[in-house]
Amino acid sequence: MRIFDPHIHMSSRTTDDYAAMHAAGVRALVEPAFWLGQPRTSVGSFTDYFDALVGWEPFRASQYGIAHHCTIALNPKEANDPRCTPVLDLLPRYLEKDGVVAVGEIGYDSMTAEEDKAFAAQLALAIDHDLPALVHTPHRDKAAGTERSIAVVRESGIAPERVVLDHLNELTVAMVKESGCWLGFSIYPDTKMDEDRMVAILREYGTERVLVNSAADWGKSDPLKTRKTGDAMLAAGFTSGDVDRVLWRNPVEFYGQSGRLSLESGAAAAEFAGNSILRGARK
Amino acid sequence: MTAWLDEALTRVAADATALRTVFPAVGRRVGRGPSDVPGRTVDDLARVALLKAAPGAAAEMPDLYRYGDAAEKRAVLHGLSVVDIGDAGTALVADALRTNDTRLVAAAMGEYAATHLDAAAYRHGVLKCVFMGVPLAEVAGLDRRTDEELRRMLRSFAAERTAAGRDVPADLLPLLTGQDT
Repeated sequence: MRIFDPHIHMSSRTTDDYAAMHAAGVRALVEPAFWLGQPRTSVGSFTDYFDALVGWEPFRASQYGIAHHCTIALNPKEANDPRCTPVLDLLPRYLEKDGVVAVGEIGYDSMTAEEDKAFAAQLALAIDHDLPALVHTPHRDKAAGTERSIAVVRESGIAPERVVLDHLNELTVAMVKESGCWLGFSIYPDTKMDEDRMVAILREYGTERVLVNSAADWGKSDPLKTRKTGDAMLAAGFTSGDVDRVLWRNPVEFYGQSGRLSLESGAAAAEFAGNSILRGARK
Repeated sequence: MTAWLDEALTRVAADATALRTVFPAVGRRVGRGPSDVPGRTVDDLARVALLKAAPGAAAEMPDLYRYGDAAEKRAVLHGLSVVDIGDAGTALVADALRTNDTRLVAAAMGEYAATHLDAAAYRHGVLKCVFMGVPLAEVAGLDRRTDEELRRMLRSFAAERTAAGRDVPADLLPLLTGQDT
């Protein structure tokens, strides 16, 4: 089973996770820019993070035979903090970097006026830089937030097939399918969505324009949820072709719209900027 | 030269701030293979050409370096000797010499460093290159800037290597025996 995890925060995971993901079949992933678990207080905190997403983290992934790409944005939660919003002016520099395959995560957290502004501005950046967009749907008041997100996407003029709305559930899947946008599902141990509910949704709505991710981060999450969903699909009678479509061909098609996906895992360099992932001399 | 690069040169000539989004895209537009110039890739040369073409590039270079990936940073360092940036480039050279990236350290020790670094910084730059295995052929100004203190530092480095039973880089040997002229 070859797997492309279209949403996983590897900066908060260990090298053991990279090894386990590779063993499970993960060969490519996208790491969206988001918050840090605790609030940032300056623009410099964003740019150092973005530098890691286009530098150190792809290097770490390459050591485990996994192609790493990222998305860059001001996340919805921190769009509300005036100490953070000036990062919007720096995004054009990062949106032209080689490993950047979308603008994201953008969208709503609490649906404030500030979030409205950052969301619209960053959809415009996606159009300017010829990139797809990854839209986070809010955890609270999700259905209303998703509906409003679809309206903002429509108003922006970006083509719906270049947008994915993520973290969907049973109550939001139909409206997103209807919008023409891609459908993202985050499979979590206890919250958001689980493998069996995902299989039921695939049965009802099909595999077209569906992305399944682990969204693993520093919280309770599981970087192997993509593989577990593939196994659950097979157990439920889906073909290996269906699984390949959901877990590989769909994310390749979606992020491939950037023109910047590079999936051949060439010989990995032993060091990044003089720093290796080894801690101490190799035994 | 690609049509993309032609257009990019025109854009940055009209407005140096266009460098901010043109610079990161160069590798995937013109390629990253070796060029006719030894030690320089195709994208290295294209980026330096862009800096030369942009009036006002000097004002853009500190941020191009700060927000650049390793390839962009290397190009800014190469560009220091073709753009009139005055002393403002020494901070970039100092930053590159603090890294452990041999590509940046080598690019930092070009003609600009040979002209602008003070004696102590220049000596430590040379020693860092030797320490990291950067060929001294890539360091500019050795003929005129090697002094007795640098020779002492290099002899000490060679003595440490010998005491540890390790090789002394061959390109170091001619420097150890010279004298100030």
